[in-house]
Amino acid sequence: MPAKTRYSIFSLVRNAFSYHENWEEAWRSPEPRPEYDVIIVGGGGHGLATAYYLAKEHGITNVAVLEKGWIGGGNTGRNTTVVRSNYLWDESAHLYEHALKLWEGLSQELNFNVMFSQRGLLNLAHSPHEMRGLARRVYALNLNGIDSELLNLEQVRAMCPILNFSPKARYPIYGASLQRRGGVARHDAVAWGYARGADARGVDIIQNCEVTGFQISNGKVHGVETTRGTIRANKVGVVAAGHSSVLADLAGFRLPIQSHPLQAAVSEPVKPILDTVVMSGAVHVYVSQSDKGELVLGAGIDSYNSYSQRGSPKVVEDMFGALVELFPIFSRLKVLRTWGGIVDVCPDASPIIGRTPVEGLYFNCGWGTGGFKATPSSGWVFAHTIANDRPHPLNEAFGLERFSSGHLIDEHGAAAVAH
Amino acid sequence: MTQKNRLPEGGRIDRTRPLGFLFNGRRYTGFAGDTLASALLANDVHFVGRSFKYHRKRGILGSGAEEPNALVQLELGGRTEPNARATQVDLYEGLIASSQNCWPTLEADLGAANSLLSRIYPAGFYYKTFMWPPSFWMTYERFIRRAAGLGRPPREPDPDRYEKAWRHCDVLVVGAGPAGIAAALAAGRSGARVILVDEQAELGGSLLSRKGAIDGAPATHWLDTALGELRSLPEVMVLPRTTAYGYYDHNMIGLIERIGDHRGGSNGGVPRQRLWHVRAKQVVLATGAIERPLVFSDNDRPGILLASAIETYVNRYAVAAGRRGVIVTGNDTGYGAALALAGAGTAVTVVDLRTEPTGPQHETARARGMEILAGHTVARTFGNGRVTGVEVMPMTADGEGVVGSGRRIECDLVGMSGGWSPTVHLYSQSGGKLRYDEALAAFVPGNFRSGQHLAGAVRGSFGLGAALSEGFAAGAAAAEAAGFRAAAAPVPAVEGYEPAPQRMLWVLPSSKPLGHGGKNFVDFQNDVTAADLKLAVREGYRSVEHVKRYTTTGMGTDQGKTSNINALAILSETVGAAIPAVGTTTFRPPYTPVTVGAFASRDLGDLLDPIRRTPTHGWAEKVGAPFENVGQWKRTWYFPKAGETMHAAVNREVKAARTSIGIVDASTLGKIDIQGPDAVKLLNWVYTNAWDNLAIGRSRYGLMLDENGMVFDDGVTTRIGENHYHMTTTTSGAPRVLAWMEEWLQCEWPHYRVFLTSVTEQWATIGVAGPNARKLISELTQDIALEDESFPFMSMKEGHVAGIPARVFRISFTGELSYEINVPTSYGLALWQALMTAGEKYEITPYGTEAMHVLRAEKGYIIVGQDTDGTVTPGDLGMDWIVSKKKPDFLGKRSLARADTRRDDRKHLVGLLTQNPSEAIPEGAQIVGELKPRPPMKMLGHVTSSYYSPNVGRSIALALIEGGRARIGQELHAALPDRNIRVTVTEPRFFDLEGTRVNG
Ligand SMILES: Cc1cc2nc3c(=O)[nH]c(=O)nc-3n(C[C@H](O)[C@H](O)[C@H](O)COP(=O)(O)OP(=O)(O)OC[C@H]3O[C@@H](n4cnc5c(N)ncnc54)[C@H](O)[C@@H]3O)c2cc1C
Repeated sequence: MPAKTRYSIFSLVRNAFSYHENWEEAWRSPEPRPEYDVIIVGGGGHGLATAYYLAKEHGITNVAVLEKGWIGGGNTGRNTTVVRSNYLWDESAHLYEHALKLWEGLSQELNFNVMFSQRGLLNLAHSPHEMRGLARRVYALNLNGIDSELLNLEQVRAMCPILNFSPKARYPIYGASLQRRGGVARHDAVAWGYARGADARGVDIIQNCEVTGFQISNGKVHGVETTRGTIRANKVGVVAAGHSSVLADLAGFRLPIQSHPLQAAVSEPVKPILDTVVMSGAVHVYVSQSDKGELVLGAGIDSYNSYSQRGSPKVVEDMFGALVELFPIFSRLKVLRTWGGIVDVCPDASPIIGRTPVEGLYFNCGWGTGGFKATPSSGWVFAHTIANDRPHPLNEAFGLERFSSGHLIDEHGAAAVAH
Repeated sequence: MTQKNRLPEGGRIDRTRPLGFLFNGRRYTGFAGDTLASALLANDVHFVGRSFKYHRKRGILGSGAEEPNALVQLELGGRTEPNARATQVDLYEGLIASSQNCWPTLEADLGAANSLLSRIYPAGFYYKTFMWPPSFWMTYERFIRRAAGLGRPPREPDPDRYEKAWRHCDVLVVGAGPAGIAAALAAGRSGARVILVDEQAELGGSLLSRKGAIDGAPATHWLDTALGELRSLPEVMVLPRTTAYGYYDHNMIGLIERIGDHRGGSNGGVPRQRLWHVRAKQVVLATGAIERPLVFSDNDRPGILLASAIETYVNRYAVAAGRRGVIVTGNDTGYGAALALAGAGTAVTVVDLRTEPTGPQHETARARGMEILAGHTVARTFGNGRVTGVEVMPMTADGEGVVGSGRRIECDLVGMSGGWSPTVHLYSQSGGKLRYDEALAAFVPGNFRSGQHLAGAVRGSFGLGAALSEGFAAGAAAAEAAGFRAAAAPVPAVEGYEPAPQRMLWVLPSSKPLGHGGKNFVDFQNDVTAADLKLAVREGYRSVEHVKRYTTTGMGTDQGKTSNINALAILSETVGAAIPAVGTTTFRPPYTPVTVGAFASRDLGDLLDPIRRTPTHGWAEKVGAPFENVGQWKRTWYFPKAGETMHAAVNREVKAARTSIGIVDASTLGKIDIQGPDAVKLLNWVYTNAWDNLAIGRSRYGLMLDENGMVFDDGVTTRIGENHYHMTTTTSGAPRVLAWMEEWLQCEWPHYRVFLTSVTEQWATIGVAGPNARKLISELTQDIALEDESFPFMSMKEGHVAGIPARVFRISFTGELSYEINVPTSYGLALWQALMTAGEKYEITPYGTEAMHVLRAEKGYIIVGQDTDGTVTPGDLGMDWIVSKKKPDFLGKRSLARADTRRDDRKHLVGLLTQNPSEAIPEGAQIVGELKPRPPMKMLGHVTSSYYSPNVGRSIALALIEGGRARIGQELHAALPDRNIRVTVTEPRFFDLEGTRVNG
């Protein structure tokens, strides 16, 4: 494996002299080998992070990531990049906080600027009832040692003066919770950075390679069928987001997951106007401004099940209605692009990470509308689970068993708009 | 000099209506019919903006939706609009516009320093740097953000209005060029309801830009006649200035109509824009094609335009955008610009990439003696700002290199034509698949979709004759498919025009290797060069989507209308794969950017979400009561007397209900009328307790569980008749309960004979609670016996109260003797007033939701959604008594048997009392057993409800605490950020522990 050039301003200047004609590939595009120690199905952020940590933390480098399209082309490249760890229950708070801690050094770790911007994240409350819910969450986070604070109306105004503070609004703003360490990141860079890091450690990233079946005998997995032939491995980790249930079906079991479209949009770029992430459940929209200047916004899922990456226009219209209600000055901006992804929604709004009824086959899914923020820890604990054939303490509670034991981790209460 | 480039005659502008406007603070004049772009060019203003990344000087490139460069900040204050495309802004008197993304001025822009460092800023450079020191990203980001962005966002609310409209039609025609107009005519003549839309102010499309003849006369004659006929057809609606921005499932098309923009100022009082939702039986797409620029060294100087734009400016706007022109083209259409310019007196040289040019326009140019350099390339351009010249060179036969020496041609205008790309955006959005046509070097629609027809350039049929004949055919076919009879129409005769072979060179060769001299721009707005695309591939970003995202090509506000195919072709050459194998990126709505406010339209403020008001709303408002939002409902929060604080008012209300009479409007409670012989079966499924032996006229309380065995709603259901029940739900849970039952009925038990009707709005519910409640009601009714024996607790009687037909329920959410009187909603206020009047002698006291909450908390009655959160079982609430052991099954039963649900250290609902009786714990507070100096601390649960109770004389709280029932008597702590409160665990009941007060 040739070592990769370190990215820095110096290597940029150096390469400028040769007209940037000597940069090497960020990752190779090799032909699949017949056999690997571990196969990861799904080249989204979670799959690539898993491969990276398998190689880095567990020394397992004979790994292939199989991606049916192009890496990062699923929800990783479609999401609105909100990163936060302000989850209600201990299990979730620890898992997402582990991710947040990894985010804080991720650009340096990967030597790839993922532009993690800790610009703070406001969750608005529009009633005493919502305020009570936020207070409960903030108090719990504080006792878990995670930053989060409650803001009154004046503090919200100071942080984000362009919000609609009219008491005559349909749902007037009442207060907010704030996580200062929350923010946004550059989604593509996360996939690419992990891919480059994994590739540098020997992982084969194989695109245009769809998994179409599993080789299973005596309850054990031995490999996968793909559009590029059979590839053997005694350990297979599936990280396929909206298509998880399809893959589970191929492996002969069912998941308690429903796939729904989730839509998002960006406005045309404008000069800086919004310096934090703002989320509102009652007015049902959340928004941030990208470094390029676009407003990036989203709302809730489309209510029907689907695998097609498009949603209904009504949901998008409502989302913009909510945006103007919350930020009247955004009315004259223009919508540049709308799109959808397919999210894997679990009944308790928490992920499933762990073993399956098939030995050697592991699933990591159910992140639904909010898994981007967890990418680093998801990969971290999934790599651990695959390497050791048992969960990491952080994902112990997130096994498939919880749906038979009843030990659900219900994060629905936490936020109506949960990203 | 004014309008230096305006031709003395011709064009579609109205010379009798000069319009003054301001650009970058300078006054100019144009004419009605101009766009801002044509008016600027008329005044010889080419340099209008700065590019996104390098802040290079940029001029107007196109003449319509494809424009990547000429983005301006339109107007000021609340009406300012960033990123307006000058080519699509209709000129009006007093228009104010300025350049964006430059500081302090367009000419002296400090950001242009970026250009000097551009060598170290290739595509994706930001992924490689700004990482050191780690804590500095937020600082770097601040500068990056300021440098990025285009225009300035408004700082004031939008003063304008927007509308929404919905329409069905038989045939929607998108695009009013010759093909679209022909289609609308054919369909319209059949009597079908037709909507014809075009994004431009004037209909006609390419007929307005190009000189052509139809039936032996100028094409515009045919156009005028056709439009006249369309306007005379009663079922045809023509919408100019209307963009079809999105094509959704089942022929749902989103349109945005600009009604007020071109009027300027306050839009002449009309709404600014209207958003249409059109559901069309049949759709005809006649969206035309967009010309591609050519990629050569420094092809981005002001004065370098698309050839078709130059032609349009001459023919439609009577503007010759320069004095000395060079047209670079690989096809015959580029000659249109050359001929137009020559006709306007501009000297022109044509640089033709083809070694043996052919084509009708080429022949004309040759016949007129125009200088034509065949087999030549533009090796580079000159100029500091506006283009001042080009260097042309002969090419090698394969077009990959140059031979001989360059020749410099002085010029102030360059037109380029790299062929045409059909405008397939809407087609693709509808789910259509594209096919690459080698001869056209373009993606064309690959399959026909049902309910959809295509005509003209969008299909790759680039001739006028084809546009007309396909248009008539498509319109007729669409009308027929929609159920009309369309007579065959004579297709007008067009002078034979056969498109000639073109030569595609995706990057023009020059004497220097790519990227070593100037920059060969592919995406003008985002400053993406051919070298950037090659760099991306070199670095492993090979998928078209990776290249797009890594370089940002096609991600500007023009969404790559001029750059996508060029980028794709360069990518395909670089990776050595055919263009179709490389594939396209996805076309996403909207086609051109749509104003956010138009999506919001009137659904703002009070119209954001319906407001539901109870019958006593006005009454409460008059007495000065504040309201609380509960779901969509406005509920009275409390009824303060003059000068009274909330605390005092609530205490007074709570006391009154326990000492005499409190009255509450409970109309928001969800009510569902359930009828049918299988009604009781349904109740047995959805509630945990048994419903078989409920007598007519009797009521029962029930809990509903979700599949996981968690409480999700509660309420009282009453048997009204043999097969007739009246169910009540929580206020905010009502829609969910109805949907839940319907889902089960429709999916699992479709054979049940039972019907559900929401009657929440039909019944007003007035609750009367307190020791004097019975006395008061007895004064107002003759036909309802109120004594315990005939009207016991948990029963219902029908009769009259205050002369109003009523259902009276004897149920209680306060623990007091209490009646809930239901009357038809229109009588709700009358009943309330009658009770208030008759109750005066008992000092009847209206109370709001806050007092209601305190009253129920005193009794330990739960509020679902406050004391529960979807993780609480009946057992957790200490309500095992309501879970039937005998019923074979009910929803949630199986989950109650799961290991985790059966644990006895689950969180239980308990009471908490503070040491200091006047201190109330904040709701949401977390409870810990052991305080530590700092987190983390193990949490046992949280406070769900907390109030000061005047009846108990101290603060009370309900909480969900791990193993709570076993902890009764224990001391725990509410750990808050700023303090800790010591609490003692108690039973979750604080008042009337024997429960005798309901009997009065
Ligand atoms: C519109 C939208 C907004 C969102 N906003 C946020 C947000 O603000 N914050 C947040 O934290 N999360 C957000 N999310 C959720 C987040 O995007 C996802 O939870 C997360 O990215 C999932 O990552 P992943 O790697 O598991 O999935 P993906 O990135 O979807 O990767 C799965 C991959 O598996 C591949 N695959 C599927 N089937 C096969 C097969 N048979 N063979 C081979 N490969 C296969 C797919 O092609 C895909 O590339 C949002 C999601 C959407 C759609």
